Amino acid sequence: MRMNETWVNALVLLGLVAVPGWALMVDEPFTITLATRAAILALAAVGLNIVLGIGGLVSFGHALFFGLGGYAMGILAFHAQTYSALDLGFIQIEGSTSMPVIWLVAMGVSALVAAVIGILTLRTSGVYFIMITLAFAQMFYYFAISWAQYGGEDGLSIYVRNGFPGLNTLAPIQFFGICFVVLCLVLLLNARVQASPFGLALNAARQSATRVEAVGLDPIKLRLVAFVLSGAITGLAGALFADLNRFVSPSMFSWTLSGELIVLIIIGGVGRLMGPVIGACIFVGLEHFLGGLTDFWHIYLGAILLCIVLFGRGGVIGLLTGKEGAHV
Amino acid sequence: MSLILIIEQILNGLQFGVMLFLMAAGLTLIFGVMGLINLAHGSLYMVGAFAAAAVAGLTGSFLLGLIAALAAAALAGALIEMVVIRRLYRAAHLDQVLATFALILIFSEGTRWVFGSFPLFLDIPAALSGPVTLPGGIEYPLYRLALIGIGLGVGLGLWLLIERTRIGIQIRAGENDREMIAALGVDISRLYTVVFALGAALAGLAGALVGAIQSVQVGMGEPVLILAFVVIVIGGIGSIRGAFIGALLVGLTDTLGGVFLPELFKLFMDGGAAQKSGSALASMGIYLLMGAVLIWRPTGLFGARA
Amino acid sequence: MKKLVLATAAAALCATTVMADVKVGMITTLSGGGAGLGIDVRDGFMLAINQSGRDDIEVVIEDDQRKPDIAVQLSDRMIQSERVDVMTGIIWSNLAMAVVPAAVNQNVFYLSPNAGPSTLAGKGCHRNYFNVAWQNDNLHEAAGAYANGAGYKNSFILAPNYPAGQDALTGYKRFYQGALAGEVFTKLGQTDYAAEIAQIRASGADSVFFFLPGGMGISFLKQYAGSGVDIPVVGPAFSFDQGILQAVGDAALGVVNTSQWSKDLDNAANQAFVASFQEAYGRLPSLYASQGFDTANLLISALETAEPADADAFRDALRAAKFASTRGDFAFGPNHHPVQTIYAREVVKEGDIFTNKIIGVALENHADAYAADCKM
Repeated sequence: MRMNETWVNALVLLGLVAVPGWALMVDEPFTITLATRAAILALAAVGLNIVLGIGGLVSFGHALFFGLGGYAMGILAFHAQTYSALDLGFIQIEGSTSMPVIWLVAMGVSALVAAVIGILTLRTSGVYFIMITLAFAQMFYYFAISWAQYGGEDGLSIYVRNGFPGLNTLAPIQFFGICFVVLCLVLLLNARVQASPFGLALNAARQSATRVEAVGLDPIKLRLVAFVLSGAITGLAGALFADLNRFVSPSMFSWTLSGELIVLIIIGGVGRLMGPVIGACIFVGLEHFLGGLTDFWHIYLGAILLCIVLFGRGGVIGLLTGKEGAHV
Repeated sequence: MSLILIIEQILNGLQFGVMLFLMAAGLTLIFGVMGLINLAHGSLYMVGAFAAAAVAGLTGSFLLGLIAALAAAALAGALIEMVVIRRLYRAAHLDQVLATFALILIFSEGTRWVFGSFPLFLDIPAALSGPVTLPGGIEYPLYRLALIGIGLGVGLGLWLLIERTRIGIQIRAGENDREMIAALGVDISRLYTVVFALGAALAGLAGALVGAIQSVQVGMGEPVLILAFVVIVIGGIGSIRGAFIGALLVGLTDTLGGVFLPELFKLFMDGGAAQKSGSALASMGIYLLMGAVLIWRPTGLFGARA
Repeated sequence: MKKLVLATAAAALCATTVMADVKVGMITTLSGGGAGLGIDVRDGFMLAINQSGRDDIEVVIEDDQRKPDIAVQLSDRMIQSERVDVMTGIIWSNLAMAVVPAAVNQNVFYLSPNAGPSTLAGKGCHRNYFNVAWQNDNLHEAAGAYANGAGYKNSFILAPNYPAGQDALTGYKRFYQGALAGEVFTKLGQTDYAAEIAQIRASGADSVFFFLPGGMGISFLKQYAGSGVDIPVVGPAFSFDQGILQAVGDAALGVVNTSQWSKDLDNAANQAFVASFQEAYGRLPSLYASQGFDTANLLISALETAEPADADAFRDALRAAKFASTRGDFAFGPNHHPVQTIYAREVVKEGDIFTNKIIGVALENHADAYAADCKM
């Protein structure tokens, strides 16, 4: 059966709302938590998909931004809860437990770091880009492990979830609502970007950098903008993820997390608007159901992933719509 | 700090580097010939270590363990090449990353399924145990000296294989122009299987050799895999020479950084804090090195193509 | 991830199913690198539950994969969906810090079978949190005390550069009175210790204290034995546990380590435990198995007198700790952490099996250093 991609997209979003809605009715709050996790991982992968799917740059270090967002939340909330100011040397900042403030900081810091790393790394390409982004993520990982002030390897626990004006974020369904709305807004933004002249130029730069240069555009600049945007979105997801768990730790910087984000995108379909969302739902679902079957569920997860690569070119969306995904 | 200690630390760095080279050589060979990013290379290292531990445990012979490690890793390598990897040569890097990531999951949990959750025992052979006294009064473990020797020997053998033999010519031709060697009548799929098995055997050898002085456990391959990637990226992907230089650089940076950075920090900090921040910086050292090399030369020291 | 293990097979098969009165949620590490510890805790815990013959205790067991975010999710699920009364099982301090504070604040009891981070013993202590194993510093402090007794004057100390490693060195120094020949932080997960061993050789130390849990300790001991350095080594039990000793082999022989438990501890409860564990699982029990076993027995003893629904009475029953511990006498301090004797053990070979033998007492009735900070 071949389906229209727009229909598939609509169905996915509907499903992502329907499941927690059903869980609320039958009083299964944990299912809502799972759906929230899927939404947040999807958001992180949507960020990655901008550089990976449209820009054709395989970043194997996006956990870096995820972790930065998480630590932005952790550090701000830590200072707010202990009533101590965050001393940056030249300026003292009060902590905060307000989600919008934390989100802005998380995106700002991630964007800044993405800009610096982008300037340093975007001259490389292919496998070298994969590895240098990994290197930067590893640097932050080891730094976070030895940063004793904020818990080091133990991580930082934030005992109460941060607040959002007018909502009770501790109620699972309300926190899910926040994450879902943020995800939809970012998807909308992403769709706009893809259709904009910038998005088209970025897409063209992936297919042929020389041609883009020939019409007077600088592919490196295009990629830098995409990288910064991508980092900021993944950073935002990191802040939400930390709030979901009320906890941050260096594992948010780990290379396996970078790998998992890539996996999400490939499962769903590279370069597809909704690819990361489908991928995240499937991944979280597999994690949950396979884990119930056997202690050795990683074997089955591995086998399923292998089948997706070998037989499912274009991911799930590709299978449903009969179109192959973008080539990277 | 005495000169003897410094020399000993340099030897330690060399030994670490040489072991990394065994891992990196296979990885870079596979990338150079087939253009494949093999994340599962660390799993082959683990397979080697487990095979060696199992066989050495049964027979009591370290040598048999080594042979088993080579055979098991080569076999596993050939098998995954024929079943999975073969379908991915034309695929994007991204698909290769995902497929080999999946292989890591399967190998790690499969090994745990077969061997259980506890580490295995593998000891160095009695003939190589204990220290020897080097000129200048340095006491150094004989086994580690042997590792340096074996690593250099394998490096030399690999160089001879690639420069002086028929299969070496095919490998080099494969790196330069795949269509051409196919046109010349070389059985390219057999060549790929052989190269992959060779790379896997090198990883298995490294796993067995290192397993004797470390712990043979599930997940032992992944940290080494990341280091091996750092090595080949610094050296230039596809270049055996680059892998050798890169491995020594990484080995020396990691070992000497861990020793000397805390000492350096003690010059302007108090002891405990210097120890902590020095170690923290040292643990980031090789990634800083890699970042610096790539910013300076975006395709690594000896790399030709991206 | 859902696994329901009913207390007895009989209860599971029984057609007229007895409603489980008490629900226990166990989150522990059952897959990946650290799975050995979680499996031991689980097996020890379930052995005690089965031996008690009670069919009204339902245990829900979940695998945290050693990932903090997974552990938090599972704990949310156990509290929100399964509505457990008591939680237990976590192995690692960082996971405990992520899970425990939130859980005990939602009126669930938490019994720790392994991790004992200092925060939870001091400022962050809680009336619903009980640690049945040790406060993290305990075994290191005992190692320091042992070093004094052994006459060591100049120790070289090393641990990984992460909070538990930093606590370990602090714990050792808290009791050790001699000078330091060197203090080194290694990389977490490091597998090659040639550089550190060279430093030890050059330092002129008369003893080495190390805390390197899991595979790190195996690597260190093997390399140390091969280096020809013969300075005596002392460490906490974690690197000499039954699960990993066979992987260290001869390199561990004769090394002194500190532990609150040993399989040759001479009391009836322990002898019965060692025998029945071997019979049930076909291997020698480890430190972790003993802790899991004690945790379950503490729970069962409290259930004899009170229901978790009556929180105050249940808490008092837990605090009384009226159970036959594998460690002999067992008592809680004011911060709900054990006050216990810690022994020095030596690694020996019994037949083909490497194991530990008690050689003396390192610290008698030892309480932790953080109890004073605890305002419960």
